[in-house]
Amino acid sequence: MLDVQVELVQQLLVDFLREEVGRAGFSRVLLGLSGGIDSAVVAALCAEAFGPRNVLAISMPYRTSNPDSAAHARLVAEAYEIPLATIDITGMADGYFAGVGLDQSAAENGAQVALRRGNVFARCRMIALYDQSVSWGGLVIGTSNKTEMLLGYSTQWGDGAHAVNPLGDLYKHQVYQLSRHLAVPEALIRKAPSADLFEGQTDEAELGFSYEVADAILVRMVDERYSEDELVDDGFERELVRRIARRVVRNQFKRLPPVIAKIGQRSINHDFRYLRDWGI
Amino acid sequence: MHTTLRVAQINPALGDLASNLDLHVAEVDQALADGAELILFPELSLTGYFLKDQTAELALPPDAPLFAPLLERSKSISIALGFAERARDGRLYNAVAFLEDGRVLHVHRKVHLVSYGMFDEGRDFGAGANFAAFDSRRGRFGILTCEDFWHLPGPYLYFLQGVDGMLVPSASPARGVTERDRDEDGAARLRSATVWSRLLEARALLTQTFVVYANRVGWEDGIGFGGQSCVFDPFGRELGRLPALESARLTTRLEGSLARRARVQTPLRRDEKVWLLREELARLEREGAIS
Repeated sequence: MLDVQVELVQQLLVDFLREEVGRAGFSRVLLGLSGGIDSAVVAALCAEAFGPRNVLAISMPYRTSNPDSAAHARLVAEAYEIPLATIDITGMADGYFAGVGLDQSAAENGAQVALRRGNVFARCRMIALYDQSVSWGGLVIGTSNKTEMLLGYSTQWGDGAHAVNPLGDLYKHQVYQLSRHLAVPEALIRKAPSADLFEGQTDEAELGFSYEVADAILVRMVDERYSEDELVDDGFERELVRRIARRVVRNQFKRLPPVIAKIGQRSINHDFRYLRDWGI
Repeated sequence: MHTTLRVAQINPALGDLASNLDLHVAEVDQALADGAELILFPELSLTGYFLKDQTAELALPPDAPLFAPLLERSKSISIALGFAERARDGRLYNAVAFLEDGRVLHVHRKVHLVSYGMFDEGRDFGAGANFAAFDSRRGRFGILTCEDFWHLPGPYLYFLQGVDGMLVPSASPARGVTERDRDEDGAARLRSATVWSRLLEARALLTQTFVVYANRVGWEDGIGFGGQSCVFDPFGRELGRLPALESARLTTRLEGSLARRARVQTPLRRDEKVWLLREELARLEREGAIS
């Protein structure tokens, strides 16, 4: 149910990137290269779509980031011959933390502080990418996959901010499949996925379930429209199915533009209906 | 009936009538230079597909001055193109104009508007209400716009009207990339292309007509159109096919002798029992079994 024809997906996504970026009047792109699998796949697709010299990869470590992340970002940039810039966000983030008293020693509520700090990192990176996009003259390409978007495992206006997203209809399993086809360096494929927002973090530990199970449930729930009972009949634990369904529902806000109060005759996003590609 | 057909698999710009008109003129001129006598463009080829509120802004009557350069060329080549039609009464239609001898010979208004999944045509267009065959210099044709071809009545009505060929302009999104969609011979294949091919082949076989499918390419807000325009003969054999994602041109001969031979070999039209259909429909309606 999840396995895709990787050569076809590659062809579609390269064509998609070229046309959606080209129609907007751009021939260059940039992306944050985290050292993880998603951004590595996007880097490979962008290199093919625009030529490596037209892709700018930016590694954006914080002082506590796992050094492997930056090293793996370098591996990817070298593999696809993409120019790599490094912007250390430590000064930016720490300046803010000091200003609002959000250093770790001040933590009374550990979980909330970790969440806030993680979101600040993601949003610092967004600021850097959008700022660099002006001097580079390119569009910011997103790296969010369908699994994390459905689960809401992302930061709104952080990693969730980008112009064009080639991975948004691929589950994590499919991103892995594509990564092998695109010859992403083995070290990235083997390691546990991590947002690297705090030491020792892994996505699956934080989510409380594996991507493998999440993908299996989500593809049935979303793509195949299974009911809860049908999922349970297929052998999935009801409580987990409910937990995942709740996440999908609760995070719909992250997938849509802000809600606008309709009080006039014709209102943006309600009955003023045009594609983003309108007039470009 | 015999004619040289060109299928223009193009990528119209969303909402840009001027550039799309230029694209049509260039394709027509090229087709003329290549010796084609009939050219088919995809659905809504003059406007782009996901028009939403642009529908009302771009809709034209069939006698709009914009068509002038194409009408002029239609003296040398018959042209079928897609556009958003504004009828005299103000209704908007997803329409196909067939231009020939400097005039609009026929307009087909899409009957089966798609309003499910990613589609919302029923909101923006009114529905056409007939499947009228028409005679042109190139043969007797019926037009079925995309979803029209999925429902049984359209192809069946054209079959009854004895058309030589069915013209099927389309804007079908490329979708279905899982391994189970792969071709039997191992080649990569979109699910949408497989399904369309089956349908086109079956309809050609069952109606013993040429079936000409013109699908567009390009992307609109992340939805890619799948191309793979193709032509089937009255025996259900594929005469030609274009690639999936690029603008391309297909040229093929439509020889009426093929239809004649197919219909002699298996006289489906002769043995069709239209009276039975009529009586059964009347009976089922009387019994309240259908509406």
